[in-house]
Amino acid sequence: MKFITALFLTAFLAFAVGIYGILPWWSFVVTSFLVSVAIHQRAVKAFLAGFLGLFILWVSLATMKDVANKHILSSKVAQILPLGGSFVVLILLTGVLGGLVSGLAALTGSFFRQSK
Amino acid sequence: MRILPCILSAVATMGITTLLNVQLPAGESKTPRLGYFLSPQQGFWQNAEPADVSFDGDIKASGLKGKVDVYMDDRLVPHIYADNDLDAYYVQGFLHAKFRLWQMEFQTYVAGGRLSEIVGEGRVNTDRFFRRLGMVYGAEKTAKDMENHPELKALVESYSAGVNAYIKSLKPEQIPFEYKLLDYRPEEWTSFKTYLFLMFMSYDLTARGATTDLQMTNARNYFGYKDFEQLYPAVQDSLDPIIPRGTEFAKPSIVPQKPAGADSIYLGHTRTAAIAPPELPAKNNGSNNWAVSGSKTKSGHPILCNDPHLGLNLPSLWYEVQITTPEYSTYGASFPGAPSVIIGFNDSIAWGVTNAGRDVIDYFDLKFKDTTLQEYWYNGAWKKADSRKEVIRIKGKPDLVENIAMTEFGPVMYDNSYKNASTEGKYLAIHWTAHEGGNGPEVFFRLNRAKNYDDYIAAINTWKCPGQNFAFASVSGDIAIKQQGTFVARWKRQGDFVLPGADSSYKWQGYIPVDENPAIKNPDRGFVSSANQMPTDSTYPYYLGAPVNFPPYRGFIINRKLSAMNNITPQDMQQMQTDNYNVFAEMARPVILKYLDEASLDDTDKKYLALLKGWNLRNDINEKGATVFRCIWDSIETQMWSDEFAKSKLPLPWPDESTLLESLIKDSTYRFADDINTPDKKETVRETITKACKKACAYFKQLEKEGKLAWGVFKDTKVTHLLKIPALSRFHLPIGGGTHIINATKDSHGPSWRMIVHLTETVEAYGVYPGGQSGNPGSKYYDTFIDSWANGKYYRLLFLKKQAAQKHEKIKWHISFVNG
Repeated sequence: MKFITALFLTAFLAFAVGIYGILPWWSFVVTSFLVSVAIHQRAVKAFLAGFLGLFILWVSLATMKDVANKHILSSKVAQILPLGGSFVVLILLTGVLGGLVSGLAALTGSFFRQSK
Repeated sequence: MRILPCILSAVATMGITTLLNVQLPAGESKTPRLGYFLSPQQGFWQNAEPADVSFDGDIKASGLKGKVDVYMDDRLVPHIYADNDLDAYYVQGFLHAKFRLWQMEFQTYVAGGRLSEIVGEGRVNTDRFFRRLGMVYGAEKTAKDMENHPELKALVESYSAGVNAYIKSLKPEQIPFEYKLLDYRPEEWTSFKTYLFLMFMSYDLTARGATTDLQMTNARNYFGYKDFEQLYPAVQDSLDPIIPRGTEFAKPSIVPQKPAGADSIYLGHTRTAAIAPPELPAKNNGSNNWAVSGSKTKSGHPILCNDPHLGLNLPSLWYEVQITTPEYSTYGASFPGAPSVIIGFNDSIAWGVTNAGRDVIDYFDLKFKDTTLQEYWYNGAWKKADSRKEVIRIKGKPDLVENIAMTEFGPVMYDNSYKNASTEGKYLAIHWTAHEGGNGPEVFFRLNRAKNYDDYIAAINTWKCPGQNFAFASVSGDIAIKQQGTFVARWKRQGDFVLPGADSSYKWQGYIPVDENPAIKNPDRGFVSSANQMPTDSTYPYYLGAPVNFPPYRGFIINRKLSAMNNITPQDMQQMQTDNYNVFAEMARPVILKYLDEASLDDTDKKYLALLKGWNLRNDINEKGATVFRCIWDSIETQMWSDEFAKSKLPLPWPDESTLLESLIKDSTYRFADDINTPDKKETVRETITKACKKACAYFKQLEKEGKLAWGVFKDTKVTHLLKIPALSRFHLPIGGGTHIINATKDSHGPSWRMIVHLTETVEAYGVYPGGQSGNPGSKYYDTFIDSWANGKYYRLLFLKKQAAQKHEKIKWHISFVNG
C-alpha cells in the first residue's frame, strides 16, 4: 500500500510542479525526494516507487501527445537523437530518463530517513 | 540517516540531473539539454501539434485600434480583414510569429552576424563575413532613412508590435521546437530586424559580386585581359533580351568617363588581389516572370506568371496571406519578417519579380598609413578614416570585436586582420548600393494598393536594392515590365575587377536616372518577360556590368514559346511554368555530335551515346538522355578548361556554359581544347570532346549500376531545413527540370513560389510553394505543399470578400482580434 501511495504521490506532485513552465524541468527531484522521506520505504522499493512514478507519468503524457500528433514529430526527433526513427523507443527513453532521476532522488530520500 | 549511501545517492542524483541539464558535445554540434528536451510538460513533446488542432481563437491584443477578423482556410492561409492599415500589419506580424517565429528570428541572426550567439564559435567566420560586408551598417542606414517617412515607419512598427504581442503571449513550454533543440529563447522583435531581413535579400540577390569581383580580378591577372575577354565575354550571341532588340533608348544623361590610363593600369593590371570568402550566394538565384496581354489569351484578359528561383528550405521563405482593409485587398506570398505582400495581386493588378543580376557591389584597393587603419591615401594626401565597431557575441566564449575602417568608398571589408594567404592584408573597401539605405518595404506597400499602371510605376520607382525586373498586368488590360533598382552608371568593365582607390578617378560617377532604366509597356508582340538575362541588347547606352550573372537560355525559350502561343489559358501557363524542355541541350547536342569521333567509341560507350541521340530534349524525371547530356557537357567543360584553371593558385570563376557553347559554334580551333599539360602535342576540339565523352561513359556505367541514370534520381532534389537537419528535411523529390530550363529545379534550388494570375474581373489565381504554412516540424501543415509542388500541381488561391469568407466551405477557422 505504501508503495502504491508513494508511486502515485510522486507522479502527482511531479505533474503539479511541471504545470508551470517557469520552474525547471527537474523540479520533481525535490518532490520525489520529499515523498520518499515522508513515506519511508527500504531502498529498493523507494527507488522503484520513484522510478515508476515518473516513468508512468512521462510515458503517459508523451503517449497522449504522440497519439494526437499521429507520430509526426516523434518520428523526426527519433532520427535526430538518433533512435532509428522509432517513436516507441523515444517514448520509453523519455520515461526511463525521468524515472531514473526521480528514482535516484527517492533513493536519497530513503537513505536520508533510514536508520542503521 | 545512512550517511554514506545517502551522500552517494545524492551525488548520483545531482550528477545525472546536471548531465541531463547541459548540452553535450555530439560530433560537430551539441545535443539539446536532454532532460528539458524530453520532458513532456516542457520539452519538444509540447510542440507535437494535434493532427485535428483547431486554430479558432479570440485574442486580446494591446495596441489594436479596431477589430480584426482572420479566416483561416484549409491550407492554413489566413485571410485578414482589418479596419485600417496599422491593424492589418499588426495581425500579419502576429500570424507570422505564430507560425514562423523561429525562422524569422533565425534569418535575422544570420543576416546580422549573430549565429555565434546561438551555436558557438563554429560559425564565427560566417558572422565576421556578414558584419564586415556591412549588413548591420546597411540596415542602420535604412532605419535612419525611415525616420524621414513617419507613415511608413509606423506601418513597420505596427507589424513589430504584432510580432511582440505573440512573443509575449507565449508560455515557456510553447516556444518553437528549434529553440528547444538549440537551447535559446526568442527575444523581442524590432523594426530593425525587418531591415536586416531586407538586407539579407539584397545579399542573396546581389552580393555574388563580393566574391566574383575578387575572382574576376584573379582571372584577369592570371589569363591576361585578352584571354579574359574570351572566357568571360561581355556579349552573348544567344541573348534574347528583356527589352526586345530594336527598341530605341533615349540618350543617356550620364556618360561615365573612363580614367586616363585605365587600359594599362586597370585592365592590364597584373598585381594579385584575391581571396575566397566563406559565403557565396547561389549562382542561379534567378527567376522567371512574364505577362501576356488579352490579345493572346482565350478570355481576352491578361495573365501574369512568376516563379522566383531561390534556395529551397523548410520552413519556406514564403508565407501566403490575404490582407484586406476598406481601401484595398491583396493576396500573395509574404516574407515572415516583413509586413505586406511581396509577390502577388490585388483586385486591380498583379505583379511579379525576377532578379536583375546587375553589378551593384565593387571593391576599391586602398593604402593605409599603418595597421591602425586611421589614415588612408586619397587624392594625394592622408585622409582620416572613421572606425566602426562590430561586437560578435559567442556562446560560451569572450566577445570578438571587429574594428572596421570607414572610408570615402565604404567600409574596409578586408584588411590586415581579415584576410587569407592570397590577400596578404590588402585593404579592400566595399561599395554596395545596399549600404545606401532606402525606403524598406515601401514598394510593396504601394504595389499592394496599386490600381493601375501609373500606380505601379510610381511604386517600383522607389525601389533601390536588390535590382529587380518588375512584371505587371492589370484588369484594365495593360502589361508592362521594368528593370528597377539603383544602378551604377559605369564605363565598360568598371567594377568588374578590384578598382584602384588612391584617388577619386575610379569612383562611381553617378546612378542611372530611374527613368532611363529599361522598361516597356504593352509591346506589339503581346507579352513581356524576364528570366535574368541581360535586359537589353548593346544599343542600351549604359554598361550593364559583368555578364557573369545573365543566363540567356531561359529567357530565350520563354520568348520563343510565348511568341508561338495564342488563346492562352491559365492551364497553359501552368504547363509552361513546369515545362522541362532543355533549349540549351537543343543547341549544344548538335555541337557535341559534330565533333565527336564515334568510331573510336566501344560498344558500351555507343549504348550511352544512343541514349543521347534518342533523347527528346526534355529533363523529365525518367529521361536517361538528360543525365547523359548533362554529364557529357560537364566533362567537356572540365576537359577544355581544367588544365588551365588547375594551374592558378587563386580561386577563379568558372566561365559560363554559354561561353563554351558559343565558342565551339564559332571556332572549330578553339584554343582551350589544347591540354597544356602535354606540351609536345596540340589537342584538337575533336580529340578533346571525344576524350570527355569517353570519361563520361565510364561514369555512366557506375551510375547505371547504382540505378541513378534516370534524370530525377540523378538530380535528386531536396528541400532542407534551415539547420540542415535531415530528419526535418525532405529528400528524393520526384521532380524534373534543371539549369537553363523553365522549370529551373536543381538539387536544392528552384521555383520557390509559382504564381499565375488571370486578371479577370474577380481575379482568378493559382499558386504553390515547396513548403507549408506552419514552420513547426511537429505540425501536419509543415510540408503540406511539397508533393503538389513536385508534381506540378497548383492550388486555386482563395481571394475572398469578407462576407464570402464567413461562409466559404474551405474556411475552417476564425480568429478574432480585439484591443485588450
